[in-house]
Amino acid sequence: MTRPSDPARAALVRLVRDEGRRVLATLVRVTGDLQLAEDAVQDATVRALEAWPRTGVPPEPRAWLTLAARRRAIDLLRRESARTGKEAEAVSILDRGDSEDAPEVLRDDMLRLIFTCCHPSLSFPTRVALALRTLCGLSTAEVGRALLVPEATMTKRLTRAKEKIRTAAIPYRVPADHELPDRLLGVAAVVYLLFNEGYSATAGEDPLRPALVDEAVRLARLLHEVMPGEPSVLGLLALMLLQDSRREARHGPDGQPVLLAEQDRRRWRRDLIAEGVVLVGAGLRRCPDRPDPYVVQAAIAACHALAPTWEETDWTAVLSWYDVLLSVHDTPVVRLNRAVAVGELRGGLAGLAELDVIRGLEGYPLWHAARAELLLRLKRAGEARTAFAAALALPQNGVQHAHLSRRLDAAASA
Amino acid sequence: MPQYVAFTYTEDLDWTAPEQADVMVEYDEFGKAAAAIIRGGAALYPTTTATTVRVQGGKGGDVLSSDGPYAETKEVLSGFYLLECTDLDHAIATAAQLPAAWLGAVEVRPVITFPER
Repeated sequence: MTRPSDPARAALVRLVRDEGRRVLATLVRVTGDLQLAEDAVQDATVRALEAWPRTGVPPEPRAWLTLAARRRAIDLLRRESARTGKEAEAVSILDRGDSEDAPEVLRDDMLRLIFTCCHPSLSFPTRVALALRTLCGLSTAEVGRALLVPEATMTKRLTRAKEKIRTAAIPYRVPADHELPDRLLGVAAVVYLLFNEGYSATAGEDPLRPALVDEAVRLARLLHEVMPGEPSVLGLLALMLLQDSRREARHGPDGQPVLLAEQDRRRWRRDLIAEGVVLVGAGLRRCPDRPDPYVVQAAIAACHALAPTWEETDWTAVLSWYDVLLSVHDTPVVRLNRAVAVGELRGGLAGLAELDVIRGLEGYPLWHAARAELLLRLKRAGEARTAFAAALALPQNGVQHAHLSRRLDAAASA
Repeated sequence: MPQYVAFTYTEDLDWTAPEQADVMVEYDEFGKAAAAIIRGGAALYPTTTATTVRVQGGKGGDVLSSDGPYAETKEVLSGFYLLECTDLDHAIATAAQLPAAWLGAVEVRPVITFPER
């Protein structure tokens, strides 16, 4: 995921990684061994990156990579003399080289790989790391840097995960229909965590961190490609595109965060918004009975994305979406966001009343900050200062702390 | 097919006591339902009957035995099943049918198959 300055090189790396993970998915099915398949694909991608700049990209890059990876897998299998029946069978399948797999088979291979990497018997941090390593094709060192884990620790974590997949026989298959909704939520949680890790990265951090947003969007696009009708996939992709549409406007020239209310909306990506809105519509049509939480969150993001200014936001719509969200996903943070919408629609006093009945957010800086902003609007500067000070006293990242300090200063001079 | 041991962790109880009869009926039902994949197993007496054995100073050293289980915990190892399953999902689904899964917890571990020598 290093970003070479040469765009042609970057496109080539991208192509090799995208095709590589598909080749990997098939090879895992054929060999039944994730580690072996990874080693073989790794070798094939290195060869491709060496050869293609000289020879040009072959007309069928995936077929090229598949062939190279299969050859390597056979070499690796033969090198290990103690291999038994199953591996011998794999060699014979690999040797036959039937790379003419039907698109449905390739699609199912990709699904199998996704669900294996996100299996509930693996710890959540392990699933996140495996997704980056195996589904996104990052190197172990890159995964470590992106997730702020030392490389040695990450190597150990990934090795253990592959060991568990093999010895405990975590199945390489698409979950049955009755398991799919739950398992899919597990996959979505992994992708959304990657997105948020990247989204919350701050200036000055390793550039691999903000690039996690792109990796997460790519993964969500892949999920959408292999499971086009799933509401939570539609909602997840829509939510991430709509949030990502604000990327350029979220930070000022000095790297300081700019609040949604103050962002220059001309800098929002219209193409991503348009795509996100269409996906929200498709998601809503597919879950008329019990709305999917991702779809509803995306619908709220769409309300903001479509508003020409903060003041012109359709707060009635935002508020009713929050009511829907509460019916399927009732958390204190959702209640906090709903209270902010109430404050916009019905005034500061109404918003404050909603905020004050939420329990369990006393340790959450943004709850105190939201109270402070409403108090400031109600010209209760003294109480606002107390609330800002309470927010600042809690642990948080430096960027947020700096922002709240500025707001406290503003309250002091109000 | 891979084999798994499903360790049942429950309250430290005497399973032969009359008040456990209802639970034992549930275990019997499990045993019948899963008969095709059960390869072995045992129920254990309470940890008050356990003796923990160590040898001090390496092989051939002093045998030190102490009263009680290896680890003092609220939920204790109370038995195990050896299961032959298609994969981990099958093993998890089977373990979820054990009364211990709702009375305590079940730990599922794959069994090592050593190559024949």
